[in-house]
Amino acid sequence: MPKLIKDKAIVENAWQWLAVNDEDAAPTVPVGQVIVPLKLWLAQRDTLGSRQDVGVYLQNDENPEDLKDDVSKLPLIAIEFPAFMDGRGFTLGRLFRERYGFKGELRAAGGFIRDQLTYLSRCGFNAFDCNETFDLDSALSSLNDLPEYYQAAADQELPLFRRRD
Amino acid sequence: MYAYDQYDHQIISDRVAQFRGQTERYLAGDLKEEEFLPLRLQNGLYVQRLAPMLRVNVPYGMLNSTQLRRLAHIARAYDKGYCHISTRQNVQFNWPELANVPDILAELAEVEMHATQSSGNCIRNTTSDQFAGIAPDEEIDPRPYCEIIRQWSTLHPEFAFLPRKFKVAVTGANDDRAAVQLHDIGLQVVQNDAGEIGFKVIVGGGLGRTPVLGSLIKEFLPQQHLLSYMEAILRVYNLLGRRDNKYKARIKILVRAMGAEAFAEKVDAEWEFLKDGPSTLTLEEIERAKRFFTEPAYETLDAAAAEASLDAQAKEHKAFKIWLTRNVREHRKAGYAAVTLSLKPTGVAPGDVTDSQLDTIAGLADQFSFAEVRTTHEQNIVLGDVRKSDLFELWQAAKVAGFATPNIGTLTDMICCPGGDFCSLANAKSIPIAESIQRRFDDMDYLYDLGDIDLNISGCMNACGHHHVGHIGILGVDKKGAEFYQVQLGGSAGSDASLGKVLGPAFGQDEMSDVITKLLDVFVEIRRGDELFIDTYRRVGLVPFKERVYAKAN
Repeated sequence: MPKLIKDKAIVENAWQWLAVNDEDAAPTVPVGQVIVPLKLWLAQRDTLGSRQDVGVYLQNDENPEDLKDDVSKLPLIAIEFPAFMDGRGFTLGRLFRERYGFKGELRAAGGFIRDQLTYLSRCGFNAFDCNETFDLDSALSSLNDLPEYYQAAADQELPLFRRRD
Repeated sequence: MYAYDQYDHQIISDRVAQFRGQTERYLAGDLKEEEFLPLRLQNGLYVQRLAPMLRVNVPYGMLNSTQLRRLAHIARAYDKGYCHISTRQNVQFNWPELANVPDILAELAEVEMHATQSSGNCIRNTTSDQFAGIAPDEEIDPRPYCEIIRQWSTLHPEFAFLPRKFKVAVTGANDDRAAVQLHDIGLQVVQNDAGEIGFKVIVGGGLGRTPVLGSLIKEFLPQQHLLSYMEAILRVYNLLGRRDNKYKARIKILVRAMGAEAFAEKVDAEWEFLKDGPSTLTLEEIERAKRFFTEPAYETLDAAAAEASLDAQAKEHKAFKIWLTRNVREHRKAGYAAVTLSLKPTGVAPGDVTDSQLDTIAGLADQFSFAEVRTTHEQNIVLGDVRKSDLFELWQAAKVAGFATPNIGTLTDMICCPGGDFCSLANAKSIPIAESIQRRFDDMDYLYDLGDIDLNISGCMNACGHHHVGHIGILGVDKKGAEFYQVQLGGSAGSDASLGKVLGPAFGQDEMSDVITKLLDVFVEIRRGDELFIDTYRRVGLVPFKERVYAKAN
C-alpha cells in the first residue's frame, strides 16, 4: 500500500481516490474508504452523507463554501495541488480550518513539494499525499523547518505580537 | 530603528538553516532545478547573465552603521568589492557564489538583516519615504507600521506562492516620496477629524509591462485593522489573480478586470470574517513598534547661529553653497538637516557603491547622524540627522569619498536599472546610456538652471528603472537583435503621479544624448520663468518636443 505523511508520521494510505469521467453522470461509489470529487459529492450527498468512509476532494479553483454544511460530518477533505507554484490551496486550507471549523483529516494531494510542508501545515493540512514523489523519511523533518512565526494561522490562532514576552 | 528580540533572531536564523539545507540538497542533485528556483528566489537569489545576484532587504530603507560595515565586509569577502542600491531601497550583490549564499545570509542575520522574500511571487520588502520621521511635511511616521507589515509578511504561510510578486509601500507625508500609487498596495498613514490614526488604502498600481496608477479602495482604514484588511486583499488576490499568463498575473490586472469597486466589495466581504479577529493590532503592539522609532538624542541647538555660520561658509565656498542647495534638505528639528550622499557621480553606474565607500558612510553616520542612514528609491543614501554646524565638515569628508556630487534632483541624478550589463531579462544596456547623458550634461550651472528633472532609465519593459514615471523616461528595446531606446515624457511618481507618453520611434544608443539635448532645448525655449520641466510638459504636451526631435535635417 502506498504511504503518506499524516500527523507527523509515515502511514499507509488507506483511502482510495475515485477518479470520475465527466461523461459518467451517476457513477457508483465503491465500498470502503474512498475520496470522491466535490461535484459527485454534491450530486449524491443524500446517500453518501450517511456513510462514514467517504471523503471529498476539491480542485483549487472550486468553492470551499459548497462544503460548509458538511464539514462536521466529513472525515476527510483533500485539496489537489495541480503544480507546486499554484498557491491557492494554502488559502483553501485555512478557510476549511478557520472559517468552516473542519476538524477531520485535511489532506494536500498532488504537486506540492517537500519544502512547502511547513507552510502547508501552518495552513491547516495534517496529511500529505505526494504519491511518494519525494522521500518521506527525510521530508518529515521539513515539517518543522520554521518552528516560530509572526502570523496567526490555522495552527496558531494568536499572532506573535499577542504572545511575545 | 527596529532591534530584534529573541523571536526575530530565531525566525531569521531558522530561515537561514532551512535555506542552507535546500542549497546543499540542490548542489548534491537531490533538489530539482525548477523546485530550487522559487526557494532560492524567496531567499533573494537570482541567476543573472554572468553570475548569481543576491538581493538583500533593507526594510523601508533603514540601515545602521553596523549593518553598513557588514555589507562592506560581504562585498569584500564574497563579491567583487562593490554592491548596488536598488530602486526599491534594497542592496544587491552581483557576484556571489551560490554555495556561499547561506553563509552570507548567516552573516546578515547576525546584524539583523535578511533576504527573505526579496524576490519571488510573494510579499516583498516594504518600502517607504527616505525622509520618514524627519520630513517637515510628514503627518505620521510610517516606519512603525512598515515594521509591523514586515513581520506579518515575513514567512507568511498562505501567501508565499501568489500569482506574482507583491509590493507594498507606505508614506506618512502629503508629498509622496514612496510612490504609493505605483505599488500593489500603497498606504498613506493619516489622521481623521476625530484624531484617529488610519490608512488610505490604494491597490493595483504598478509599473512593468502594463503601468497603472492604483485605485483608492478604502478612504480610512482604522490602524488596528491594518493586518486583517491586508490579509483580505491578499486572500482575494491569491484565489482570483490570474495564473495562466505571468504578464497578466499582477493584482493590477485583477483590479482592472473586476473594476476597483467590485474588487473593494470582494475584499470587504472577505474582511468581514477576519475583522476584529486575533490579527487585529493591539494598542500595545502599535506602541511597541513606535518605541523603536522615537527621536534620537537631538540637542537643543542655536538654529540662528548655525544658519549664520553656514551663510558665512557658503559665501566663502561656492561649491559648498551649491551642495547645500542641492543635497541638503530641511529637517523638522531646528538646527538639523538631512543630507543626501550622491551615488551618481559621472562614470559610476548609478547606485553602485564600493566596500570602502560603505565603510566610509558607516563612519560618517557614526560621526554625524546617530549611526543611521537611509537608502532611497532614487538610489542614493541619506544621512538623516546632521547638525547644521557639522555640514561643512561633512561636505569635505563626502567630497574626498566621492559622494558630494551636487546633483540631487537634477537630470544627472537619474534612476537606472542594472540593465543588459548584468540583468538576464534586459533587452538593452542602461548604464552606458546613463553615462553618455551624464558626460553630455557636465555643466552644473546648466543643470541647476533646468531645475528638478527626473530622468529614469529601464533596460526592458519590466521597468525596474521606473521609466514610466520619469519626467523623461528611457526604455531599452530590442529590435531584431539590436538595442534601441524609446523615450517617454510626462511621467511622475509623486503625489501628482502620472504615466509618461511615448514620444515616437526609438533611437540608437549613440543618438540618445542628442535626443535629450533637443528635448531640453525645447524646454528652455518655451519654459515660463522657473517652470519645471514636468509643468512645462503638462502645459504644452508632447507635440513641440516631438516636432523638434523628429525634425528632418535640411
